[in-house]
Amino acid sequence: MFQITKIDENNPLKFMSINKWTTILSVVLILLSLGSLAVNKLNWGLDFTGGTLVEVGFEQPADLAELRTVLEGNEFGDAVVQNYGTQRDVLVRIPPRDDAASDTIGNELLEVLQSNIDGGIDVRRVEFVGPQVGEELAEAGGLAMLVALICILVYVSFRFEWRLALSAVAGLAQDVILILGLFSLLQMQVDLTILAALLAVIGYSLNDSIVVADRIRENFRKLRKNTPEEVIDISLSQTLSRTLVTSLTTLLVLLVLMFFGGQMIFGFAVALSMGVIVGTYSSVFTRSTLVLAMGISRDDLMPPEIEKEGEEQDNYL
Amino acid sequence: MLNRYPLWKNLVIMFVVLFAGLYALPNIYGEDYAVQISATRSGEVTLDTLGQVERTLERGGIQPIGVEYADGQILVRVDSDDEQLAAREMLVSELGINYVVALNLAPATPNWLDSIGGEPLKLGLDLRGGVHFLMEVDMEEALVKIRDQMVTSVRDRLRDERVRYRRVEESGNDVVIELRNAEDYQSAVSSLRNQYEGYDVRTDSSQNMITLEMTDQFLQDTRANAIDQNITILRNRVDELGVAEPVIQRQGQDRIVVELPGIQDTARAKEILGATATLEFRFQDTENDLQDAMAGRVPFGSRLYDMRGGGQVLLQNRIILTGDHIVDASVGYDESNRPQVNISLDSAGGRLMTQATRGNVGEPMATVFIEFIATDERTDEGTIDFERVEEVVSVATIQAVLGSNFRITGVGSAQEAQNLALLLRAGALIAPIQIVEERTVGPSLGAENVKAGLTAIVAGFVLVLLFMGIYYRKFGMVANLALLTNLVMIIGIMSLVPGATLTMPGMAGIVLTVGMAVDANVIIFERIREELIEGRSPQQAIARGYENAFSTIADANITTLITALILFAVGTGSIKGFAVTLAIGIVTSMFTAIAGTRAVINLAWGRQKRLTKLSI
Repeated sequence: MFQITKIDENNPLKFMSINKWTTILSVVLILLSLGSLAVNKLNWGLDFTGGTLVEVGFEQPADLAELRTVLEGNEFGDAVVQNYGTQRDVLVRIPPRDDAASDTIGNELLEVLQSNIDGGIDVRRVEFVGPQVGEELAEAGGLAMLVALICILVYVSFRFEWRLALSAVAGLAQDVILILGLFSLLQMQVDLTILAALLAVIGYSLNDSIVVADRIRENFRKLRKNTPEEVIDISLSQTLSRTLVTSLTTLLVLLVLMFFGGQMIFGFAVALSMGVIVGTYSSVFTRSTLVLAMGISRDDLMPPEIEKEGEEQDNYL
Repeated sequence: MLNRYPLWKNLVIMFVVLFAGLYALPNIYGEDYAVQISATRSGEVTLDTLGQVERTLERGGIQPIGVEYADGQILVRVDSDDEQLAAREMLVSELGINYVVALNLAPATPNWLDSIGGEPLKLGLDLRGGVHFLMEVDMEEALVKIRDQMVTSVRDRLRDERVRYRRVEESGNDVVIELRNAEDYQSAVSSLRNQYEGYDVRTDSSQNMITLEMTDQFLQDTRANAIDQNITILRNRVDELGVAEPVIQRQGQDRIVVELPGIQDTARAKEILGATATLEFRFQDTENDLQDAMAGRVPFGSRLYDMRGGGQVLLQNRIILTGDHIVDASVGYDESNRPQVNISLDSAGGRLMTQATRGNVGEPMATVFIEFIATDERTDEGTIDFERVEEVVSVATIQAVLGSNFRITGVGSAQEAQNLALLLRAGALIAPIQIVEERTVGPSLGAENVKAGLTAIVAGFVLVLLFMGIYYRKFGMVANLALLTNLVMIIGIMSLVPGATLTMPGMAGIVLTVGMAVDANVIIFERIREELIEGRSPQQAIARGYENAFSTIADANITTLITALILFAVGTGSIKGFAVTLAIGIVTSMFTAIAGTRAVINLAWGRQKRLTKLSI
């Protein structure tokens, strides 16, 4: 049997002794993210801004400069042309235009390309999102985030305790801010799949914090002589092995997704990998620090239905 | 102590796994190239058609793998995509316009599986290629028409009852009637009361005014009808495109989703789907002079219209009938082989036509074709503003009192008759629509996505299996077995659940589930290790490990399930696919990781009384 960490109740890793530093780190990272979000803004994808996107495949590596000239000469001066994945794949983006006939832009663009470029082109993807729809999707996305956080806050408060719930949600907020900060810094596109990834991160990171919270609760009930700080250190040490193993397996598959999943999944995999790393950090440090700071004590975690739960488990297993 | 499951638990687990496995089975049989034949509005697929199809294929030298006839459709399975294209071409020219001949991929599921409802996973458009349109229906236009109809109807009624009115006008969605005196007012009230369904009559005797107020219920019904009618018409138009499994459904208040798998030519699809138009029949104003009107003196109650192909014509404002009453319009030939257009109306339309033509035999009647062309403007509510373009496409003399079925003769060439019939049919669309979102995925990208997704799933899987086997040894192998079972169960359940489609984000969801599904086992195994370190016997450690881990796992998964549900509720298209996969994955992973592994561990180690060590 080999193990990432040794579990020893009498000699746990002293996570909380460095919480001054991790707090500073968190604050710095959050400020950096917010700063980047304020300065660089987010590179919103088509789903939210509206507009047209055309992805075409060429037989030979495409000459982007020539493409741009062709497009400029055909009233597509506002087009953004870039390679996508390989040299032969080209992505053309047209910002939303303020006329209602914009749903045909994709087809017009393809016609221009087909008649001006030698050799066949393969239409791989055309997306058009009307400005109205884009706005709605952005609204729905923001709403989804908010509703998810509130539902989780309610559920965790109900199952655990408000301090644990609040710290869990605060941790989630940190995860989301840091990921968005990274996306803003790298100017990666934020589209609907990224939104899905963020929600998946919320689910994942919460998973982590609940496992830890569960252990904290259990240890507060069991270890009556230790200080809250010690109890949290012990709990974190005990769950550390699980935290790392799960993060590792998830990261493994995410790396696979990043490299084999294709272009459309790349951003999704990046957001989730980032989420796994940040989520692991926040469930070990941020949340525990917050719980301590909010002054959790043994009495807070002594609900009357401890025995009843044990019985239920027998029935399920 | 020993760890044993009662027999029934083992049986339940086995049954669930076998059940899901059975329904996952169709996915390994793949798909045949197929041509699917169905009928349009005027056609019907019968056993005769089946014979015709078989003979055509035989003549063309195509040996189908199978020809099936079910649910008014014929499915021809062939060996290759070349044969598929050839077969389609032959059948299109043989069967003509009354049939839709579409290329399709038919699951090669064996009959016994098929008969218990087994079918392979449905792939989303991002994996199989195709077009997704989101269309918005312009409700205001539908309401304008209803208001016009209402005003005409009220005026007619009052005229019939010989009640003189000062004005009959629309005001918002309501109709305001002002009478000249108290006497007229009284007779108007009694003649209008309880005549109009969907309207409340409000009277004001001091001003001799009557207001017909549209009820909210009626407004709602109108919206629903406009959507329904659009959906019906879109279905018919999609038939023209020859798509095998189109999806056309309402989304929200005034939107319609159209999904056309396999369609590549989006320009043509848009043209056919988006050509919004309507029709009106009006009397020509023969009492006033056209030249006067063209000089700017348009008489009251009439309007000047452009003719298609040049010239102008003066028509009365009164609408006899609108296009939504048209049920069908087709080209026919009279005794001397001159083309004509046959029109059938619904019963309400027939009554209106009879009423209108009764006193007007010998008068000319015009058909006005109205197109809605999107303008650069937007209305205050942010919806697209359509410009109304009106054009007279035919003027014909009424030969007799007309009913539900009548014909327009003297329409020129066969081609012109064909065009008129087409316009008449198209004119049945009462509220115009506009594409507000489009997503097209080409077939090559779709195939690439499938490949990329599968590679990711397999590679991710192998890595996790290796890691678990090394880190938790024999127990890790049990977890791996659970993981494999989990994958089979996800596929089985997704194949079984109607409406669950596999999308690219869905595939990512599966990969993610693989990564996260081991979490439950990691929690359990870490617990068992702890219990062992604390000095418990292996059997006790197993029991307590599972016991203590359960509530943690449940809590953790329920919160993830909450996020999956929210994703499903607000997401569209492929995001919904991700949410469905994630939710199914969470449920199945809890089942396999807790109950599944416990059953195996109990069977493997739980019966050994002298177990001293665990391979964990």
